[in-house]
Amino acid sequence: MKRYASDVGALARKDLLLELRARDTLPAMLLFVASALVIFHFALPSGSGALAGLGLLWVAIVFTALLGLSRSFVAEREQSVLDGLVLAPSDRSAIWLGKALAAFAFLALAEVVALPLFALFFRGISGATVAGVALADVGICAVGVFLAAVSIATRARELLLPVLFLPLAVPVIVGGVGASVAGSPGRYLGFLALYDLLFATLCWASFEYVVTE
Amino acid sequence: MSLRNSALLAAVLVTTALAMIAFYAPVDADQGLSQKIFYFHVPIALTSYVLFGWGAWKALRVLWKRDEAADLESYVAVHLGVIFGALTLVTGSIWARASWGVWWAWSSHQLVLFLVLFLFYCAYFMLRFSVEPGQRRANLSAVYALFGVVLIPVSFLAIRLASDFIHPTVFTPQVGKNLPRPMLITFCVSWAAMLATASALYRIELAGKRIDARLRELKELLA
Repeated sequence: MKRYASDVGALARKDLLLELRARDTLPAMLLFVASALVIFHFALPSGSGALAGLGLLWVAIVFTALLGLSRSFVAEREQSVLDGLVLAPSDRSAIWLGKALAAFAFLALAEVVALPLFALFFRGISGATVAGVALADVGICAVGVFLAAVSIATRARELLLPVLFLPLAVPVIVGGVGASVAGSPGRYLGFLALYDLLFATLCWASFEYVVTE
Repeated sequence: MSLRNSALLAAVLVTTALAMIAFYAPVDADQGLSQKIFYFHVPIALTSYVLFGWGAWKALRVLWKRDEAADLESYVAVHLGVIFGALTLVTGSIWARASWGVWWAWSSHQLVLFLVLFLFYCAYFMLRFSVEPGQRRANLSAVYALFGVVLIPVSFLAIRLASDFIHPTVFTPQVGKNLPRPMLITFCVSWAAMLATASALYRIELAGKRIDARLRELKELLA
C-alpha cells in the first residue's frame, strides 16, 4: 500500500516537474479557456439569459480538459517512456493514477483562473458550482487520462481522444450543469460523485490491459 | 442449433409477430394505428441492450480468461447492437413524428439515451479500426466495450436528471404501464422475434467472419 502510494507520487511528481520545466501544457490551457470565454460572450446574443452562460462554462471546462489530456501521454510516446514504465516493478494502475493526479492538478490550476474570469465576465458563481467543478474534474481526469492512453496506442493518436471521450462526458455535463443551475444541487453533486466512483474504479481495474499486450 | 434452424426460427417468429400486430393486438384508443410501431421500437431497443450486454460479457472474457475467440464475438455483438440502436433511433423518430408531430423529441429519454450510446459505440468502431489486429486491439476494444455497459445505466440516470432542468417532461409515452393482456402478449412475441433475429444474425455474421479469418490464414500459408 505504502509502496503503491510512493509509486503514484513519484509518477505524478515527474509530470508536474516536467511541466514546471518545459511549460507547454498549462499556459496553452489557460490561454484556451480565456479565449473560449471571450468567444462565448459573442456567441450569446443579448437576451439569451444568464443561465446560458453557466451552461457554456461547462463546455469550456470539458474542452479545456480535452486540450490538456490530449497532450498527457505525448512525452511518454515520443521518448518511449511508456515501455519503461510498464517494465518497472510496480502495479500498472499506478501509471494511470499518477497521470490522473497530474492532469487533475493542471485542470484545477486552469480553473483557478477560469472561474474568477467567468465571474468577472458573466455572473457570480455559487458554491455548488465550485463543488460541481471539483467533482467533475475527478471524473474528467480519471476517464480522460485512461482514454488518452487508449488513443495513443492507436494509429489515429490524439484525434481519437475527443471522439472517445465526449459521449462519456455527457453525464458529467448533466451533473455539472444541474449542480450550477438547479435550486437543490445535492442530487447532482451526488450523481457526479457516483460517476467518479464508478468510472475511476473501472479505469483503475482495467488500465493494465491498455498498456500491456 | 444450426445456422439454418436459428434463421428459420427467427423467420417464423417474425411472421407470427407481424400477424399478431396486424390482427390480434387491439388498436390503441388514444394513439390509434401509429401505436403499433411500439411493437417494433421497444423490442428493438431492448434487443440492442441485450446485444451490448452480450458484447461486454464477451469483452470481459477477453480480458479475464484470455479467450481469443471472444474478441470477434464481442465485436460482432456490438456491431449488431449498433445496427439495432440505429433502428431504434429511426423507429423512435417515426413514432415521435406520428404521435407528437416532431421528428425528434429531447423529452423522450429512450431516444436521447440511444443517441448517446450510438455516438459512443460509433467511436468503438473508430477505435477498433485504428489499431492493428492482434492482442492489443482485442484488449482496447474489450475495455471500451466494458465502459459501454457502465455508461448505459449512468447515462440513463443522467438523462432522467437532466430533464428536470432542461425542460419539464410534458409528454411521457405511457406505454408499458398497464398494458392490456393482448397487447402484452403481442409485445412479448415481438420481442422474442427480435431476439431470435438478432441471434440468427449474430451466428451468421460470426460464421462469415470466422470463415474469412480462416481463409486469410490459408492464403498466408500458401503465399
